[in-house]
Amino acid sequence: MAEMAANGEEPEVLFWVGCAGSFDDRYKRVTRAFVQILEHVDVKYAVLGTEESCTGEPAKRAGNEFLFQMQAITNIEVLNAYNIKKIVTACPHCFNTLKNEYPDLGGNYEVIHHSTFLQQLINEGKVKVKGGEAFQGKRITFHDSCYLGRANDIYEAPRDVLAALDADLVEMKRSRANGLCCGAGGAQMFKEPEPGKKDINIERTEEALATLGTGNGVIATACPFCMVMMSDGVKNKEQEESVKVFDIAELIAQAEGLTK
Amino acid sequence: MIQLENIIFLIIAGLGIGLFVWQIRKIRKNILMGRDVDLSDNPSERINKTLLVAFGQQKMFKRMLPAVLHLFVYVGFLVINIEVIEILIDGVFGTHRVLAFLGPLYSALMFINEILAALVIVACAIFLWRRNVTKLPRLATGVEMRAWPKMDANFILITEIVLMLALFAFNIAGLKLVQMEGGEVAGSYPISQLFVNIFGDNPSSLHIIERAGWWFHIIGILAFMNYLPSSKHFHIIMAFPNVYYSKLWPKGKFTTNPAITHEIKAMLDPSYQPPAPEMDTEGNPIVQRFGAKDVEDLTWKQLMDSYTCTECGRCTSVCPANLTGKLLSPRKIVMDTRDRMEEKGEHPAIFAPNHYKELGVERVQTTDEKTLLRGYITPEELWACTTCNACVESCPVNIDQLSTIMDLRRYLVLEESAAPASLNAMFTNIENNGAPWAFPASDRFNWAEELYVPSKN
Repeated sequence: MAEMAANGEEPEVLFWVGCAGSFDDRYKRVTRAFVQILEHVDVKYAVLGTEESCTGEPAKRAGNEFLFQMQAITNIEVLNAYNIKKIVTACPHCFNTLKNEYPDLGGNYEVIHHSTFLQQLINEGKVKVKGGEAFQGKRITFHDSCYLGRANDIYEAPRDVLAALDADLVEMKRSRANGLCCGAGGAQMFKEPEPGKKDINIERTEEALATLGTGNGVIATACPFCMVMMSDGVKNKEQEESVKVFDIAELIAQAEGLTK
Repeated sequence: MIQLENIIFLIIAGLGIGLFVWQIRKIRKNILMGRDVDLSDNPSERINKTLLVAFGQQKMFKRMLPAVLHLFVYVGFLVINIEVIEILIDGVFGTHRVLAFLGPLYSALMFINEILAALVIVACAIFLWRRNVTKLPRLATGVEMRAWPKMDANFILITEIVLMLALFAFNIAGLKLVQMEGGEVAGSYPISQLFVNIFGDNPSSLHIIERAGWWFHIIGILAFMNYLPSSKHFHIIMAFPNVYYSKLWPKGKFTTNPAITHEIKAMLDPSYQPPAPEMDTEGNPIVQRFGAKDVEDLTWKQLMDSYTCTECGRCTSVCPANLTGKLLSPRKIVMDTRDRMEEKGEHPAIFAPNHYKELGVERVQTTDEKTLLRGYITPEELWACTTCNACVESCPVNIDQLSTIMDLRRYLVLEESAAPASLNAMFTNIENNGAPWAFPASDRFNWAEELYVPSKN
């Protein structure tokens, strides 16, 4: 972004990578897949690179409003300095706080989640998903992220994106507004669960596995925390050979022939 | 003609209504213990929501069977109240079936009434069955479902059945009397018609039954009205304002504390002048706690939530933490808020709050502190929440359980620094390197090193 600003240019859209997208080895692959799509459709985008910092979302959910606002106000200064108008992000937690909680602190942007962004690209014909046949007959189930779904009523965009693939989409019993949390929201990602009889991600993975049935299948996610929780769940159930967890951007990049 | 009977009726009705008003004032006082918050925006959107969710019962229909049964009771309540108006007029002026002049409309009304009354009995019987025989988990289990909430629910259902039976007794005896006198029957009574002979044909005893049914029904209703403020059944009133004042913005948007914003801005920019603090009536600045420790730290809307709760347990039955055996139960958070509010503020006429420890439930490790936090709700419950909004989504009367959980959490963190150690580590990471994990900020762009972008040529 700094480079673009130095050249006196402004991006059409800023890609907010997020902490998981920057540091988590698994989610870095999603970041790269999404960037490949951005490059592919020739959209003028930028990233903040090392100028990006945590949105403060996990601090806010954990009750640390002070730290959240510190982060938010600092980030808003950076974003406003670059005159950013539109932000896309692959993390529903970043998305939710940027879209809903930053305006109160002086950060007003058009914020969209990458599921909506991909849906638009597909609808506009910019992404043709020409390799979608490769998914023929493959069973995919979409796990709703709470911060995309219930928190912001986005249920159809990720499903529309998946529908562009020639796959066999199956719904879990608890889906959309009734979707079950993966267990990582509300800063649970960063702590051990309280004592109970089961971990939430195991409960959810069992449901996903039952929905996919036997044979190979994909659990599609649209959130870095869901990705971790569902992947851990699949490992715990020793199903990682047959069931893969992918972000919707990875599936589209694959179908578009953009990944190695 | 006005007789002694009418005067007695007037006195009883006056007492019943007066007692109810007295109780409502207490409840108003309790709710106003909460912090002020301005929710007067967007009246048209709020009215729409009230029509859909409260009048239209939209969210009940996520579960079909209870929705239909509840609809019988709800519509029955609304329509039968028209007959109650007639009963009141008859009672005051000594008339008999004063609305009969409506002719066919009256017949239709009485007809519908009888059908609904019968459906109410059926629905309540099925509800009793679900609670006590099949023991539906969300209604029968949970630490918060102590003796009182269970008794309360059964009491209401039985009362509703008895009230409907009294109405039928009144209708049957009246119908038989008119038939015996060969007079014209005002109204149409499909159910009473079937049972018209069960009370025999002695005019004086029929007359007594008719009067007894009438008196029982109206006194029953007045008594029931005064029972409401102590009961989960208060939702029949509170659901409407509570839905009206519910959150209009996306569920993911949590509140922002402006006092903190001013503090941070002043910290970052020494020339920043925060606005003067609000003063109380004596001219002292109001010092607001960060987050909530007790009921007065919650907003009046959050306190209103707790009076609206019908203890149906839909929230708890979809809570991921509760489903996997953690202590958290969103319903308990709401019920605790009501209990604590009534312990600290005004009691309603009947119910006095009781505590878990009195019942020897060991798992909820409450303390003797006289506050909502710890005295009722433990940190263990609060930290189990994933903020997934499933509870909020499931609530048929738009209670925001999550906002209360978050405010209590904020108190733990901001006033007591009492977050779990791993969360404190996360805070430190964000402070030091701008990420919840301990990675150097300079590595943030490393993902691009392995970026593969195929040539477009």
